[in-house]
Amino acid sequence: MTKTRSPIRSNVGLKAVMAVTGILLVLFLIAHMLGNLKVFTGETSFDHYAHWLRDIGKPLLPGVWFLWILRTVLVVAVVAHIWAATVLALRARAARPVKYAHRKKVRGSYAARTMRWGGVIILLFVIYHLLDLTTGTLNPVGDPGNPYGNVVADFAPERWYVTLFYTLAIVTLGFHLRHGAFSAFRSLGQQTPRGERRARTAALIFAVALCAGYLVVPFAVLTGLVS
Amino acid sequence: MELFTEGDPIADTKAPTGPIEKRWETRRFEAKLVNPANRRKMTVIVVGTGLAGGSAAATLAEQGYHVKSYCYQDSPRRAHSIAAQGGINAAKNYRNDGDSVHRLFYDTVKGGDFRSRESNVHRLAEVSVNIIDQCVAQGVPFAREYGGLLDTRSFGGAQVQRTFYARGQTGQQLLLGAYQALERQIGLGNVEMNARHEMLELVLVDGRARGIVVRDLVTGEISTEMADAVVLASGGYGNVFYLSTNAKGCNVTATWRAHRKGAYFANPCYTQIHPTCIPVSGDHQSKLTLMSESLRNDGRVWVPKTKGDDRNPRDIPEDERDYYLERIYPSFGNLVPRDIASRAAKNVCDEGRGVGPTKLGVYLDFADAIDRLGRKAIEAKYGNLFEMYERITGEDPYEVPMRIYPAVHYTMGGLWVDYDLQSSIPGLFVIGEANFSDHGANRLGASALMQGLADGYFVLPTTIANYLASGPLEKVDASHPAAVEARTDVEDRIQRLLAVDGDRTVDSFHRELGQIMWEHCGMERSEAGLRKAIGEIRDLREQFWQRVKVSGTGEELNQSLEKAGRVADFFELAELMCIDALHREESCGGHFRAEHQTPDGEAQRDDDRFAYVAAWEFTATGEPSVLHKEDLKFEYVHPTQRSYK
Amino acid sequence: MNLTLRIWRQKGPEDKGRMVTYPVDDVSPDMSFLEMLDVLNERLILDGEDPVAFDHDCREGICGMCGLMINGDAHGPQRGTTACQLHMRQFKDGDTIDIEPWRASAFPVIKDLVVNRGAFDKIIAAGGYVTAPTGSAPEAHSTPVAKANADAAFESAACIGCGACVAACPNGSGMLFTAAKLTQLSLLPQGQPERYTRVIGMVDAHDEAGFGGCTNAGECTVVCPKGIPLNTIGRLNRDYLTATTKGAGNTPGS
Repeated sequence: MTKTRSPIRSNVGLKAVMAVTGILLVLFLIAHMLGNLKVFTGETSFDHYAHWLRDIGKPLLPGVWFLWILRTVLVVAVVAHIWAATVLALRARAARPVKYAHRKKVRGSYAARTMRWGGVIILLFVIYHLLDLTTGTLNPVGDPGNPYGNVVADFAPERWYVTLFYTLAIVTLGFHLRHGAFSAFRSLGQQTPRGERRARTAALIFAVALCAGYLVVPFAVLTGLVS
Repeated sequence: MELFTEGDPIADTKAPTGPIEKRWETRRFEAKLVNPANRRKMTVIVVGTGLAGGSAAATLAEQGYHVKSYCYQDSPRRAHSIAAQGGINAAKNYRNDGDSVHRLFYDTVKGGDFRSRESNVHRLAEVSVNIIDQCVAQGVPFAREYGGLLDTRSFGGAQVQRTFYARGQTGQQLLLGAYQALERQIGLGNVEMNARHEMLELVLVDGRARGIVVRDLVTGEISTEMADAVVLASGGYGNVFYLSTNAKGCNVTATWRAHRKGAYFANPCYTQIHPTCIPVSGDHQSKLTLMSESLRNDGRVWVPKTKGDDRNPRDIPEDERDYYLERIYPSFGNLVPRDIASRAAKNVCDEGRGVGPTKLGVYLDFADAIDRLGRKAIEAKYGNLFEMYERITGEDPYEVPMRIYPAVHYTMGGLWVDYDLQSSIPGLFVIGEANFSDHGANRLGASALMQGLADGYFVLPTTIANYLASGPLEKVDASHPAAVEARTDVEDRIQRLLAVDGDRTVDSFHRELGQIMWEHCGMERSEAGLRKAIGEIRDLREQFWQRVKVSGTGEELNQSLEKAGRVADFFELAELMCIDALHREESCGGHFRAEHQTPDGEAQRDDDRFAYVAAWEFTATGEPSVLHKEDLKFEYVHPTQRSYK
Repeated sequence: MNLTLRIWRQKGPEDKGRMVTYPVDDVSPDMSFLEMLDVLNERLILDGEDPVAFDHDCREGICGMCGLMINGDAHGPQRGTTACQLHMRQFKDGDTIDIEPWRASAFPVIKDLVVNRGAFDKIIAAGGYVTAPTGSAPEAHSTPVAKANADAAFESAACIGCGACVAACPNGSGMLFTAAKLTQLSLLPQGQPERYTRVIGMVDAHDEAGFGGCTNAGECTVVCPKGIPLNTIGRLNRDYLTATTKGAGNTPGS
């Protein structure tokens, strides 16, 4: 059989790319969430953790190298994830050039049908989030030496709109993960009905847990639990 | 005017003589072969992609011939073989219950009411075992036992369990097996597939079948396709009755056009009426739906004992019910052959004891089976059928007994063929339901799939080689005068249909034709009724050509034009069916003449006068056909009165 | 009952097409959906109008020829039911019913509600078979098949190739159709030798035909009249990834 196209560009291959990159990003999200929760252990501990991040790998690797490796992997994953999604979205659009006059409400999964716009919202949020808490550009404090202070300033009650945006983004992320986590298993070959039920349940629990883990921080600041 | 004239008798000259077990082997050895290198230079046209046509096209292509395949559906996977539910017979004797090739042969000849050719039927029984092997190798998911071996069941009144099945979708699975083999050959470039094409004429050159004229149903383009041989696998003609279990598109045009060109039409009156169909619900009815015969394994058929008993069936006490099949046929009960079950239903309805709004129905009751086996078991066995029944009727058969009534299901008649499946036109082969060969006057359950695949996979590919080996035939193309003439005829006919521009739709004519046929040439026929029908059909045909309204043009997808051409041919066939039924003054299998019955109402054959195949030769439209008789000899199975009591 | 139909009318592949409204009166609840369209067509013909072209054949839910988008649902509102088996008792007097063809670039409209589904045949031709030329078969009982596998293979084999999965898929994907055939053959011992070449061939043919990719949205399995399960697509993915990643180890001849 002569192959004209790399299997990675097939519809199945692209989905596998999305699954693998998605899983990488999810692993990062888990670690990130656990780190966030350190905010409840107090300012010193949290700042210490934040600074430690820059030193992982020492002395094997020179300072901040690990961080940059991690960042590179994440950027590659995000780019590949978006590239594959875009190719698939364009193909899907080309596959149905004429739309139905009678458009039906979703009968399968709502989460599945909001993956693309959800993804865009998450991307916008990530950009804002980097400018806010990584570079500090959009942060009212913006002190790289004081991450705890940055976080507390961010979610201050008078900046309710930041918390709102953050919440929306996290909920969108939850939906994205609810379908995405199941879908990743399926795209990588999960094939039994029983496994499907398990994967769906696990994806739902995971999405809810992750949302809760992320949302607890801003609400703790908002309610004054963390200050 | 005479309705027909009698011509010379004909005979099948291809079947070898000698012991019946050796005949097919002898024929295979004696048949000439085509050198593999020459095969790809030879083109074979196959019309139809059902079990017979699909399997034949795939097999011929595997052997190296260039095949051109045609079907009117949008894909070769959709032919109506797909709707066969019950199963496929094979003499494997996996059950060790006394089955054998000889028993299957015997049962089929007897079931056909001694109106089929022994040689053909024996060959069918022989190759039945190869069919199962072939289909399993293709990945057909037959039902299996826990040990991983194939499951079989008893079907249609057979005393042995020789029917292989894939739930209630055996036809679908077998057809998809053949379709996949065909698609493989299409992918390899050995078969040129033409879906949405309808054959409208046969082209004869020097007395041989050399091509067909087809219409591309999408563009309306008429083209002439030439070949070294033509195979018709275009199915049966049950739709002459308008309402039947056939698909809406099933038609007689391919075979009828061949008949008009000289192929004899054999036994057109042999029609199988299936006893278990969902009754007609109103004038809008467009087709009838079969409920698998397997339902009779557990369901009990009954009607109220008294006329006009309109009570809810559940309120009718046991002793006021007439389980008439169990009463009349105590040894076979509800499992009597199809023709007998159908006629019995008609008789009780004629007595005024029919049920349902139209009074044309009998109950098929599962209450006892549900009590005995539990609802779960019944669900596992028939769940999909029960659901289908509920979708169509809106009644739940777990609670209310099903209502069933006979409907036209299969036509045993078809183009006359010899042992090689070649028609009376050299180079024209006919396989599957389109020929007349193996079922005599009545087909047994689960035998249609067997015959279609036997013809397509095993018989035709051998016998057609013998014909092709006699070549090479002179090369001809679509510019040959005979081809041009055939094409012009087709174009003229289409123009004539479009030009009438009358005030009645094609369907209204078809429905009326169907009513005439059902009334007079259906389950029970009589001389007076048939004569009346012939007159009515002729009048209606004349009306048709004066009043039919076909919309649109010939140069587009035009479904009303397609139907018009098919119905025009049904009119001519209908007349021949009635003439055949009229001339056959006996009752046999699916042909029941009111004048010829035993004192207790069973079919009475007349072997002295009618143990022959009636092969009809076309002369001209409206002119009497010529009857050629092929005498049937029974050396191995001696004709007896069928008894299922 | 009386109904208002809004039907997609398109003279030919090049025509732009539009929805046209037709009132239909005296519809019996016992009619099938297609019989209701027959009634409309009879009237249109007598009125000198072009009848609505729609595909249909067996009218018993098995040939897969019929396929209509009815109020945005492939094959209409009743689950597990093809358009030909849908009966008018599912609707009520005064309803407006929108009827459209399957929409996919791989299924171009031929006329009105008739589409070309030849792409499905191409997918099968690209590997949806077991190479078993006639006459070469071993005795049927030489290879036992576990009942559970045979039953699961049958479940997938029940696909009628109607295309509802494509019509309902937000991505216009034909993966459920492709996966059904792959699952059937990969569950059976007869399908093993070609298992990995088959999946590559069929997925390539699927993509080349212009179908979109699967995003596991699950709309297909909801409308599938034969209930082909979504997990068949997981099997397709697994076989495809195995075939492409392990390559030489599993792909015969490579």
